[in-house]
Amino acid sequence: MTTQSTAKTYLDDIFATTYPETSPFWAAAEQQRLLIKTCQTCNRAHWYPRIVCPMCGSDQTVWKDASGKGTIYSFSVIERADPPYVIAWVEMEEGPIAITNIVDCDFKMLKIGDKVTVRFKQTPEGRTVPVYTAA
Amino acid sequence: MSNQGKAYIVGAYEHPTRYAPDKSVTQLHAESALGALRDAGLSLEDVDGYFCAGDVPGATPLSMAEYLNLKLKWMDGTELGGCSYMVHVRHAALAIAEGKCSVALITLAGKPKSTGMATGTKPRSLGPERPETPFDLPYQTTITSVYGMLAQRHMHDYGTTSEQMAAVKVAASTHAQYNELALLRKVVSVEDVVNSPIIASPLHRLDCCVITDGGGALVLTNAEIAKKIKRPLVKIIGAGETINTSNGGYLNATSSGAAVTGKMAFNEAGVTTRDIKYASIYDNFTIMVLIQLEDLGFCKPGQSGAFVAEGNLISGKGQLPWNTDGGGLCNNHPNNRGGITKVIEAVRQLRGEAHPSVQVKNCDIALASGPGLVLGVGHAHSTIIMERE
Repeated sequence: MTTQSTAKTYLDDIFATTYPETSPFWAAAEQQRLLIKTCQTCNRAHWYPRIVCPMCGSDQTVWKDASGKGTIYSFSVIERADPPYVIAWVEMEEGPIAITNIVDCDFKMLKIGDKVTVRFKQTPEGRTVPVYTAA
Repeated sequence: MSNQGKAYIVGAYEHPTRYAPDKSVTQLHAESALGALRDAGLSLEDVDGYFCAGDVPGATPLSMAEYLNLKLKWMDGTELGGCSYMVHVRHAALAIAEGKCSVALITLAGKPKSTGMATGTKPRSLGPERPETPFDLPYQTTITSVYGMLAQRHMHDYGTTSEQMAAVKVAASTHAQYNELALLRKVVSVEDVVNSPIIASPLHRLDCCVITDGGGALVLTNAEIAKKIKRPLVKIIGAGETINTSNGGYLNATSSGAAVTGKMAFNEAGVTTRDIKYASIYDNFTIMVLIQLEDLGFCKPGQSGAFVAEGNLISGKGQLPWNTDGGGLCNNHPNNRGGITKVIEAVRQLRGEAHPSVQVKNCDIALASGPGLVLGVGHAHSTIIMERE
């Protein structure tokens, strides 16, 4: 007999729980908040979140709220998929470029440089991840 | 210790199969090893160095060494995707220069075609062990879509066109028509490429390489043994390797690790792009050739599109004869990895053993260059420069 929970969280998700140090990110995403790791030594943000600043090597990194705003650095429409979907690199307002999806938009109208804003979606495994849509 | 001139490639073998449902990956490795040793006039008992990547059974040198009963003094299981075998050439050349081994064998094999692997068009299923995966996997990234993003950005920054990218495939197919073993031998036009279906925009089906089963092997040795073998002498004169990270998110999608490994290899060899008579440049997608042409210094940034559109990659016609076996785009891409076939065709050119229709006259210096793993989300890269002595 199997019972499947419909109310999954990041705590059920091995992709989140394998990295306990990223829990604040997944917990915030479940509350529709986007966090970004920022270095207290060089003041730069980085992506994806790590315990060491990849820009200066400092271990003084802290979580900060990101604005959720960004621009499309590049994108590709996977036209062979049914339905087609969009992979993109979004340059976050804080600086780093993150890989993501552009959702709820007219794929044919997308351009590099378009302004986008964050949304959240839950993965089948349980964690919630940021995606973007036209600002 | 420099790589310059202390090690020679004396055996190079491209397995003839492109579809091998009736053979194991182990058998393909073993047949490739024997083929390269036969080419060198050496045998398994001469081998004292073995180099392989993650495609060997068990993902370490152990099982193949056991299977072939190799008596080793030096082994290296460096796994860096498709360029692993070029990195192995560099590592083997150094081990030989240091006297740590005298006959180094490098093998590759795999069978993505007969196992029905949707290499570039389906998201790869990955476990949680890599730290970037929790942040990448949900987006259903495919290999083709990552290269699509690179192409989109190159077009945006430099005005590169789909027709220019298509010229790369045209050049590959022009060469492949002479290669009896090539998977795709039909010569295609720019129109054929841009009228083929979009897989991941802006890349068309014919911007993408083939998927093949197969294998390949190389044998390197020192000057003393090389000079006893009645084969043309192909010497390693320069090499480079790097990992190009995504730089904490501050990435540059119009450049690759070739910008680093090209400089390393050219500096070590003491030659320039003008000295290169033939180039094997990895071509999983047409855009990857453009990016590397610029990074290696054959073209200025943004000018590779015009360079290839003028037919400069076609042997006998252009300035830089390239991938004269038909490359990954038309000939062969065993186990979805291009590194070893790139070196093999460069060796054929330097020996004067390429097909007469594509053989470069007086080919004395050649380059092989390629990335490993997925560009943009961190990738490896290697460049090798070889000279006929």
